Amino acid sequence: MKRFLILLAVMLGVGIGAAQTTITYWQYDYKTRVDAMTQLIAQFEAANPDIKVVQETFPYDGYQQQVAASLPAGQGADVAQLFYGWLPTWQRAGYVIPLPEQYFDAAELDTNFAPLVQAAKVDGTWYGLPTAVRSLALFYNADMLKDAGYDAPPATWEEFVEIAEALTEKQGSRFVQVGYGFAPNGQDHHLLREVLFRQFGGAPYSDDNSKVTYDSEAGVAALTFYTDWVTKYGFAVPEFVPGNNGYRDGFRQLQNIAMIVDGSFAIGDVRKVDFNWGVTELPVRADNGIKSNFGSFFMNALTPNAAKDPAKLEAASKFLKFVTSDDAMKLWLDVVGELPASRTLIADPELAADPIYGPFVRALDYAHATVFVDETGQRDVLIDAINEVVLQGTSPAVALKEAAAAEQLLLDANR
Amino acid sequence: MRKPAGAPRRRLSLSSREAIWAYAFLLIPLAFFLFFRLWPAVQSLRLSFFTWHVDPEQRVFIGLQYYREMAANIAAKGDLYKALRNMLYYFLIVVFGQVALGLFSAVLLDSVRRLRGLFRAIYFAPYVTPAAAVAWVWGWMYSVNFGIFNKFLSDWSDLVTSIGLPWLAVDPQPFLTSPKQALVAVAAVVVWQQLGFQVVIFLAGLQGIPRTMLEAAAIDGANGWQRFWSITFPLLNPVLVFSLVISTISTLQMFDQVQNINFTDQGGPLGSTLTIALYMYQQAFQKFRIGYAAAVTVLLFVIIMIVTLVQLRLTQRKVEY
Repeated sequence: MKRFLILLAVMLGVGIGAAQTTITYWQYDYKTRVDAMTQLIAQFEAANPDIKVVQETFPYDGYQQQVAASLPAGQGADVAQLFYGWLPTWQRAGYVIPLPEQYFDAAELDTNFAPLVQAAKVDGTWYGLPTAVRSLALFYNADMLKDAGYDAPPATWEEFVEIAEALTEKQGSRFVQVGYGFAPNGQDHHLLREVLFRQFGGAPYSDDNSKVTYDSEAGVAALTFYTDWVTKYGFAVPEFVPGNNGYRDGFRQLQNIAMIVDGSFAIGDVRKVDFNWGVTELPVRADNGIKSNFGSFFMNALTPNAAKDPAKLEAASKFLKFVTSDDAMKLWLDVVGELPASRTLIADPELAADPIYGPFVRALDYAHATVFVDETGQRDVLIDAINEVVLQGTSPAVALKEAAAAEQLLLDANR
Repeated sequence: MRKPAGAPRRRLSLSSREAIWAYAFLLIPLAFFLFFRLWPAVQSLRLSFFTWHVDPEQRVFIGLQYYREMAANIAAKGDLYKALRNMLYYFLIVVFGQVALGLFSAVLLDSVRRLRGLFRAIYFAPYVTPAAAVAWVWGWMYSVNFGIFNKFLSDWSDLVTSIGLPWLAVDPQPFLTSPKQALVAVAAVVVWQQLGFQVVIFLAGLQGIPRTMLEAAAIDGANGWQRFWSITFPLLNPVLVFSLVISTISTLQMFDQVQNINFTDQGGPLGSTLTIALYMYQQAFQKFRIGYAAAVTVLLFVIIMIVTLVQLRLTQRKVEY
């Protein structure tokens, strides 16, 4: 009898253990983001002892490949992080599922999240939520500016050009220091699309996003101004520091790049540098003062794996709610540096006045989140236009015309 | 004692038993080939007729639509056209570069008696180095402002200018950021990296050539060049065919180097280094168009098959030993 009771107790114990639901969370590997998520998971598990969350990360370049290969085999993430621009591609191929109505109230989400976050919807349906949003700003090496006799960062593009030229150094025919970290394949294609096209009086797309509209006088002026940094003023050099992150490495580690345009996600890493630096809102043109910015976010979405059984769906939904709660956003801000995605938190006047977060927060008021249909394809179109001008000597008008035609094909094909 | 029932069991002959065992052992690689090679290839062909969706039930049969899209892309000189054009250039530079340099180095190494193992290791080291690491280091070496090649060029230019010969000076070269130079720069890396493999193959071939033939020719008065052309080269034919085919297949599948080396954009500035494998990867894993990517793999398969058959045809000669 005693033996039977012990056996029963062991079986019950195993039974209780088995009742725990395990879900898998995937994101790309970026140290501060992984740190933040590790802390969030620990908090979530403490509050939900019946749920275990396994975090798995992959290098950015191979992240989508892992997702594309694993989910069709029923493996991998239940909750996955993705760039909002990838959503149309992922949704078309069924890699994300709509947020289940029983756990998420669409109307509530509309009110709670910053307007920018509407880009997490496809045809009016929510497919995921972000913990944080980001905008662009100009990071500058304050020591370099000071040495060149500048006390303040540029407020206009005219000042920007002057400072960047002053901070560029050459030895013979080779550059040893440049004023600006030129990165069309970094954030600069966003800078051109959502900032410069608009500041020069145009717009990248029609209001319903069905037509490309940058093939205009304003567009050509914007592309000319941007490519002049390389071809006319010579303070920007393609691939000055080799690598996809070369512009960041040159700014942070090598200290041979004086200014870069980067997202708020870079704050966490820039903080670790050992020189004086600052960040300021993107410059404007002196004659019209139009402000514009690119707003974006990485969102967390549920995959078809999460929908396999109700317990998993509940656990994954709970986890998604937790990592997109106000408390999680505050932690994310501290650890990663990205801005909270909730309306109330972002409206905090203290945040807007902060010398580091302030420029990004203020930019959210006039930021546009491009409505992509094929982020990779649309990105390549503008990068090619820039390369045509700076590497091939094509005129900006011709390069832009070709780009607009190519991008229009992408828009038409994916609608 | 029991009497054996029925007719006595007929024993198989030794050769039959050997054959059975041979087939039994062959079954393992055969099964491996069928399940891990042939079956995925068939699946990929099947996939190329369907739109892609995670859920197999939501994949829609679209027949040859992706093949028509590929044809349209080529006609419009799109990315697939660029990839195909680049493959031709890669093929010409890499395959002939590798085979010629591999043979040349092997002949030199074959005549070296001392430290042969060391030389072989030196040649082979790049081949076993991960392509990503190779690409990263070469990316820096090619850098316009910090790379060793341009440092050399600028030092050279300073030198010739200082001694009054400025017309010998060479400007710094953009290498990877130039749409005209990027492909050759990448091809050079691939030739360098895979040379060791070719050298080892050719060395093995050279060592299989009977010394007596070469000695006899030497006694008859043939010089080194004549011995190479009339004896060594023809006898190396089987090795040459092997080397050519392997090199062609690996070149047509080129991916790692182009994916990992730094350019102004993936696949080189303005698609100047894009390969079919990279194009396929971008379609499958960045755009999640796995059906279309499958159609591209079918195209790649057909190209490799045709090129290999043509090569075998052209290089097949009876070799008399």
